[in-house]
Amino acid sequence: MAARIVTREHITGWMFVAPALILLGIFMIFPIAWSLWMTAQTGRGLNFAFGGFANIQRLLGDTVFLRALGNTMVFLVVQVPIMITLALLFAVALNDTKLWGRSFFRTAIFLPCVTSLVAYAVLFKSMFSAEGVINTAITAIGFAPIPWLTDPFWAKVLIVLAITWRWTGYNMIFYLAALQNVDRSIYEAARIDGVPPWARFVYLTLPMLKPVILFTTVISTIGTLQLFDEPYNITQGGPADATLTLSYYIYNLTFKFMPSFGYSSTVSWVIVVLVGILTFIQFMVTRERQAK
Amino acid sequence: MTANDTSIALERETTTAMSPHVFFRYVRRTLLYVALSIAAFVSIFPFYWMVVGSTNPSPDIAHGKATFGTYLFQNIATFFATVDVPRMFFNSAFIALVGTTLTLIVSSLAGYGFEMFKSRFRERIFAFLLLMLSIPFAAIMVPLFIMMSRLGLINTFTAVIVPGIASIFIIFYFRQASKAFPGELRDAARIDGLNELQIFIYVYLPVMRSTYAAAIIIVFMANWNNYLWPLIILQTEQNKTVTLIVSALSYAYVPDYGVIMISAVFATLPTVLIFFLLQRRFVEGLLGSVK
Repeated sequence: MAARIVTREHITGWMFVAPALILLGIFMIFPIAWSLWMTAQTGRGLNFAFGGFANIQRLLGDTVFLRALGNTMVFLVVQVPIMITLALLFAVALNDTKLWGRSFFRTAIFLPCVTSLVAYAVLFKSMFSAEGVINTAITAIGFAPIPWLTDPFWAKVLIVLAITWRWTGYNMIFYLAALQNVDRSIYEAARIDGVPPWARFVYLTLPMLKPVILFTTVISTIGTLQLFDEPYNITQGGPADATLTLSYYIYNLTFKFMPSFGYSSTVSWVIVVLVGILTFIQFMVTRERQAK
Repeated sequence: MTANDTSIALERETTTAMSPHVFFRYVRRTLLYVALSIAAFVSIFPFYWMVVGSTNPSPDIAHGKATFGTYLFQNIATFFATVDVPRMFFNSAFIALVGTTLTLIVSSLAGYGFEMFKSRFRERIFAFLLLMLSIPFAAIMVPLFIMMSRLGLINTFTAVIVPGIASIFIIFYFRQASKAFPGELRDAARIDGLNELQIFIYVYLPVMRSTYAAAIIIVFMANWNNYLWPLIILQTEQNKTVTLIVSALSYAYVPDYGVIMISAVFATLPTVLIFFLLQRRFVEGLLGSVK
């Protein structure tokens, strides 16, 4: 009797998860396996030929790939820390219940992440154009206009500015939520003991937020490694490939040039490997600190 | 104010220990408000720029005019003349609504199933799915595209919608939320003779209303704003979504910035409206994933 109920419950359980598992199998697991298989295939269009490590060899000699990889890493290393720091500072400031205009500031800083990536990218492109509103303001203060879209360095800066604008509020919300759960009496005790605000931030807030910081860093890392919408719509990957990212290069390899599916799959697995390595490092760094 | 007063004030400042402290706190507060105001200004300015831009002719926008103009109706007229606006809106709305509905049905069923009927094998599958969460879309984009082209589904809404229906993130979200679903309700419903699917529809669904509301917002926004996959799949002008049109307008050889601004307003308005209508639930929904 009991055994029969258990079996029935077992079957019902499979029925609930079956539609999702079937779909995930077809549209996620199968493509992953397929793309892994394709990394060993050469040839153009739908004509495949086994190439062994030919694609990986091609990667190492491909200057455009190396440039895309370099650009993506620059965006990652420069942008993620800036954004996480800003988001943390805003969250700590806005966590103060005595702060005047708190909900206004919170809504305002969060608002950018409601916009579609394409819409905001297009807005940034027009704001930062040669004679656009930003350069008008810069010349009005007495500085020379900045070649945002035509200089390789400033184009990168523009992409960093844009992503930071779009995602800082999103990360801030996670920190604000985590801060809600922090016991306020710890802060009171620290303040009474004369611990200065910066020390309270470094020795109390940061350690308590560590899991959330790890979570948002991992999410941002994955997001930045897949960066596409912004460079595609703000700078078109230019000037001279200065803002070409890995995802953008995969797009170009697959849909712009004569499609080389095996090679573009290989580039996409570079992203998978990078996500794996960086997530692992981020977990290790936080675990080590926790042990101390 | 006399010289005497000033000297007393000065004396107080130098003799008592409190004064510099209070002074610095005042400075710090002011700096904080300045910093937050700058952040708020920077966050809001592009929205202002978009609205102002939609009222100005293209050359004015290109030259950085940041005040309201009188060109709004001309821009709207040009927009409707260059783009099949109702069609574009229908495409986006159809993909977002059908996609959201199917995603919620399939993914909430799975999240409920994983939580309510536990088995060791399914736990392993779930752990495996969480691992898959970090696989970037770029890695499956190419095989998915080949698959869709072999199935003859290129340029169809089906190809845009179907790969997203089973969302690991939403399954995870519903599983986490299901932990709060009271077991007594389920037991009571069983005693009343409801089968498991009926329990899901008539008991679970109404109880988890706010979880669904938050998920609707997350999934709807993701679908409405989706770009790369529709860009690959939807190839004819008449099937393009709002985001694709916005992008295409800015890619034009001589972009009309006024029209681009109007199109950006069209792309942003639905999500901004949803955000302000359901702000509380929206934030809760985003936070649901870390709780």
